[in-house]
Amino acid sequence: MKKIEKARLPELFAALNETAALYLPADRDGVAAFTRWQEGVTLTEKLNTVRSAKDLFFPQVETLANFKTQGGTIEIEDAARQDEDFIVFGVRACDLRSFEILDRVFLAEPQDTFYKARREHAAIITLACNAPEETCFCTAFSIDAADPQGDVTAFLTDTALCLRANTEKGENLLAKLPLSDGAESEIAAWQKQARETLEKLPIQLDLSGFTGERMMELFNHPAWQPLSEACLGCGTCTFVCPTCQCYDVKDFKTKDGVQRFRCWDSCMYSDFTMMSAGQPRPTQKERFRQRFMHKLVYYPMNNEGIFSCVGCGRCLQKCPIHMNIVKVAKTLGGERDA
Amino acid sequence: MRDPLIPVVGVVTKIQTDTPDVKTFSVVGTDGKKPFAHIPGQCAMLSMPGVGEALFSITSSPTQEDCLEFSIKKCGCVTDWLHSITEGTQLTIRGPYGNGFPVDTDFRGKDLVFIAGGIGLAPLRSVINYVRANRANYGAVDVVYGARSRDDLVDYDEITNDWAKDGITVHLTIDREQDGWEGHVGFVPNFVKELAFDTSKTVIMCGPPIMIKFTLAGLMELGFAKTNIYTTLELRMKCALGKCGRCNIGSKYVCKDGPVFRLDALDELPDEY
Ligand code: SF4
Ligand code: SF4
Ligand code: FES
Repeated sequence: MKKIEKARLPELFAALNETAALYLPADRDGVAAFTRWQEGVTLTEKLNTVRSAKDLFFPQVETLANFKTQGGTIEIEDAARQDEDFIVFGVRACDLRSFEILDRVFLAEPQDTFYKARREHAAIITLACNAPEETCFCTAFSIDAADPQGDVTAFLTDTALCLRANTEKGENLLAKLPLSDGAESEIAAWQKQARETLEKLPIQLDLSGFTGERMMELFNHPAWQPLSEACLGCGTCTFVCPTCQCYDVKDFKTKDGVQRFRCWDSCMYSDFTMMSAGQPRPTQKERFRQRFMHKLVYYPMNNEGIFSCVGCGRCLQKCPIHMNIVKVAKTLGGERDA
Repeated sequence: MRDPLIPVVGVVTKIQTDTPDVKTFSVVGTDGKKPFAHIPGQCAMLSMPGVGEALFSITSSPTQEDCLEFSIKKCGCVTDWLHSITEGTQLTIRGPYGNGFPVDTDFRGKDLVFIAGGIGLAPLRSVINYVRANRANYGAVDVVYGARSRDDLVDYDEITNDWAKDGITVHLTIDREQDGWEGHVGFVPNFVKELAFDTSKTVIMCGPPIMIKFTLAGLMELGFAKTNIYTTLELRMKCALGKCGRCNIGSKYVCKDGPVFRLDALDELPDEY
């Protein structure tokens, strides 16, 4: 365990940025967002970023290829992959789990090379939680927010930032920083208090009813109609969600060719599945159902029971109609409202 | 390393007009060779940069060495563009995608009944021609094929002459009476019921959803087991790699776990196709 006094955090960030481009949660126009560090950028006081850390690995828009289409021939030029190391500081336990969930999609064969390059070039410094918000429910997914992993784990106590390397990459990184020695015992009390708080999160979910065997029963559940009735199909929940990974591929005509890019898409949109031959999900009920069935049933069926939700609570904070996965899980899981 | 989303350049070497709205395109790589090997029932992404990319089933048999063929109906952006081009035009191609039909396993030694409606013949032609090339590996083969009119029947000559020579029994039907048509008139589902095939045969079906639905009902009435019926699904696709999420039905991705499904497996999935 290493440490640095809280007052010297700017010095730590400068040193981290010396080794590779540093991103950290900072306030931008009053909104916490992962931000490229530069002199004067400080760590946000807010618990988590409004948009998730997935943006750093799976950006909202990215170019895949450029085509030159002159004189009846086509030339294809691959877009550049991430080829420089970077550091992400301040990833919360929930967002860290989201990377594992995205890995199982993007790193499954055939691998997505754009995502893979970013994952390989990143060093992740997680930040343990001790003051969760009332929308947090990471414990429902057995996430230990008081001790997340990643290459390095950081613990912010009243006086210091304690850092523990978990991987060789993490060891090497810490060796380059202006840190003094610390002991595990220094965070013992901090962690104990954090765990006590986390155990008592106001949202408790029993997800044991969401199994592959019950897929059709859950799919045909009468509650989808009332649950989805007010959904605007705005897609906000999918865009803020760290595990939503649906995308679209589009072409854009440039001056001397065509740029093929991908951008986030949402199963909440009507044109997501629209075909000239018909629409398999004709109303918002089917689209709404798809989002939650995918997270709570389909994804786990393909991934050893791992849910595709990390309990970050972003959708609880941002949905304009106050609908969210907790309400859905409680209604379908047969639990009474808290 | 090339990303699986990035295609290669292909050249359309031949365009054949099959019906008023169906053309068959022969595609090779820039080296003049077949772009890749495939299994009958698999698909490929064709695109014209700036127009878009779309998934098409490969119509040619894997035994065809010189090119890949695609029979494509004019019905939207990319298909409109394809129908407007001339031989020699370049496009992009990536693939093959999907599981394909179990031609070398479950189909071996079986009597096969192919049922196709309209453009649904395209993916089945790949299987049928594969079966013809390996004729000894399969039992009796019947093809039921229906279209709106005589003019909408794709590859009429190949079907009626070449296929028959390989001992394939072809049953053609058109939706409505037409001058000069001596064959069967009526919709595919009813025709299948009339033909009353032996229920020990393996059925491979492809066509518009409405045809599939009614034909299936007929097959169930005749007493066919779901484990003996195969069909293909068509959903909107973007990546064809099981990643963009678009073709997800239940725990399956049609682009990667399909497009071929055996009816008993399809029955366990939500009805969102
Ligand atoms: S569904 Fe909601 S709580 Fe779950 S990971 Fe996504 S945004 Fe977070
Ligand atoms: S659930 Fe809420 S955030 Fe999601 S699409 Fe519907 S209205 Fe928008
Ligand atoms: S087309 Fe992208 S997941 Fe199937």
